[in-house]
Amino acid sequence: MSIASRRRVQLAVLLGPVSLFLAVFFLGPLAIMMVTSFLAPGLYGGVEWTFYPHNFGRILGFADPMFEDFDPVYIAIFIRSVKIAALTVLAALLVCYPAAFCIARLSERWKNFCLFLITLPFFTSLIVRLFVWVLILRQTGLVNEMLMSTGMIARPLDLIYTDGAIILGMVYVFIPFMFMPVYASVEKLDWTLVRASLDLGAGPIRTFWRIILPLTAPGIIGGAIIVFIPALGNFVVPAVLGGAKVMMLGNLIEQQFLAARNWPFGSALAMLVMSVMLVLLLVYVFASSRRGADAALNR
Amino acid sequence: MQDSIVRLEGASKAFATPEGGSVTALDAIDLQVRRNEFLTLLGPSGCGKTTLLQAISGFVELDGGRILIDGEDMTDRPPYRRPVNTVFQNYALFPHMTVGENTAYALEVAGVAKAKRREQVAAALKMVGLEGMEGRRPRQLSGGQQQRVALARAIIARPKLLLLDEPLSALDKNLRQAMQIELKTLQHELGISFIFVTHDQQEALTMSDRVAVLSGGRIQQLDTPRAIYDHPVNSFVATFIGASNLFDGRIDGDRLMAGDGTAIHHRRNQSTASGAATALIRPEQFFLAGEGEPFPTLDVDLEAIVFVGSTFELFGRTSAGKKVIAEIPAGRRGLIGEIERTRRARLAYDPAAVHLIHPCAEA
Repeated sequence: MSIASRRRVQLAVLLGPVSLFLAVFFLGPLAIMMVTSFLAPGLYGGVEWTFYPHNFGRILGFADPMFEDFDPVYIAIFIRSVKIAALTVLAALLVCYPAAFCIARLSERWKNFCLFLITLPFFTSLIVRLFVWVLILRQTGLVNEMLMSTGMIARPLDLIYTDGAIILGMVYVFIPFMFMPVYASVEKLDWTLVRASLDLGAGPIRTFWRIILPLTAPGIIGGAIIVFIPALGNFVVPAVLGGAKVMMLGNLIEQQFLAARNWPFGSALAMLVMSVMLVLLLVYVFASSRRGADAALNR
Repeated sequence: MQDSIVRLEGASKAFATPEGGSVTALDAIDLQVRRNEFLTLLGPSGCGKTTLLQAISGFVELDGGRILIDGEDMTDRPPYRRPVNTVFQNYALFPHMTVGENTAYALEVAGVAKAKRREQVAAALKMVGLEGMEGRRPRQLSGGQQQRVALARAIIARPKLLLLDEPLSALDKNLRQAMQIELKTLQHELGISFIFVTHDQQEALTMSDRVAVLSGGRIQQLDTPRAIYDHPVNSFVATFIGASNLFDGRIDGDRLMAGDGTAIHHRRNQSTASGAATALIRPEQFFLAGEGEPFPTLDVDLEAIVFVGSTFELFGRTSAGKKVIAEIPAGRRGLIGEIERTRRARLAYDPAAVHLIHPCAEA
């Protein structure tokens, strides 16, 4: 056997299990969902096996003209989901970026300790952690009790079941996802370049915009995508901290599958969310592969 | 004081060590750098030369003392407000910018108009021999080319002073020697002072107008390369610059009697001082004694004879066991053949070439 063909066999053996797993448990369900999104909903759940493109029309507000009027409610939910996910990304970045700089400058021991602390939340259940936020934010919760007992407010504030509470909860959940890529690029930052910039007459602010930010941008973009994608489809946080008032795409999909039992429409929504994410990922992969090609060329 | 571009007065700096102690990096250093001068800070690692450079560029804050550049007190000014630019050891080129953008950075920061910037970038790149390379990325360049970009970037805004932090240490030997000469030429063309940091004594001797030899946070000697080589003030300088044979002893008339009984002759009028002293004989000042040699001689048993191209290096010991190094021009092969057989050599020297170091000048 030639070396090349032996390589090929080795590769097949190594990649075989993961390929099989993904084909059966990822591509399979994906295909089922795709087909379902083009079927008509059954009267009592399930599907009718007829081609029915109106699921997508309904998302855009133009539903089956026989039954419904123009109603952009789903577009509104989509927009608010994107808005909340984007704000989550922004807030998480504002928390993680400065922290990454602090931690990157610590000694090796403290660095590892801080990284451990950041991954610590993974060790407890997400639901439990979110309900702790309910205890903190609710009308008779920790924050309101404290503010009232110090006399700063007379009546409890509406903290929970707001957009703010959802963003807070999401930032809390997604901080490790933002922190890791941001930290990786901040730690790699070559401080002599910062020195060179200062030496050449650029003040701290200009040095930040011209040197530090562009050089850490890959981590920021990576973190933003990794947070934005699950934030857009998240339904646990809005369910717990958003109450019934605040609807996001994730809840909508969950509701279509479980409560409304309209699988085709739920599938269509899921396809929409997925295609948005796919576009984002493709943009990122394209941009970073061009950078990679650049780096390879430059070597 | 207008003839000095930089003036350090009692510059002091100590660093805390992880063990809780402190290390003196700069010990009340006074230094004046002249206009249009190529000054080299030379010393082993940890001698304080890089700290001194960073104190001038503003990256190290002094514990005490003052720094004046062109008569202005710079002690409390941040690096970006000092008329000083640096060529960093690993070049520190901005990887996300082209060669042109890198070179233009100081001008861009200073708010120079784009058209003028382009003009000056072209001129600066031409000066360092990188014409038309504006569009390249730093990583597409060789080490030597990156070095030149770093140089162009640092000189484009015409600083009053250029600092070079071991800029040639990453280059291979041939390129390094070529760059040494180019740097020297560039410094003349620009007419600005260079402060060059290195631990390579050859580099220091080749390029500098003056060399400051540093050790333990102090300037041991500040003088021209030749004066430092020929007349080191103490044995640290003598051993750090070039190879040396040092004989500690007491002066007795025109001789120095070493502790082991060896007598080294010197020219009497060189020094009127008597008492303890150290005699320095450079290896190349030895020659092989002929029949009936008029000059004083030293008999050594040879341990090794090393051919290094232009010379033979002889490693030997005197009868008292003192190590001696001598350098004999390779042209005299006949004689070498003789001593290779006998493993003994009679080394002669001119007493006028013997330099005496007095202990009062020891650091």
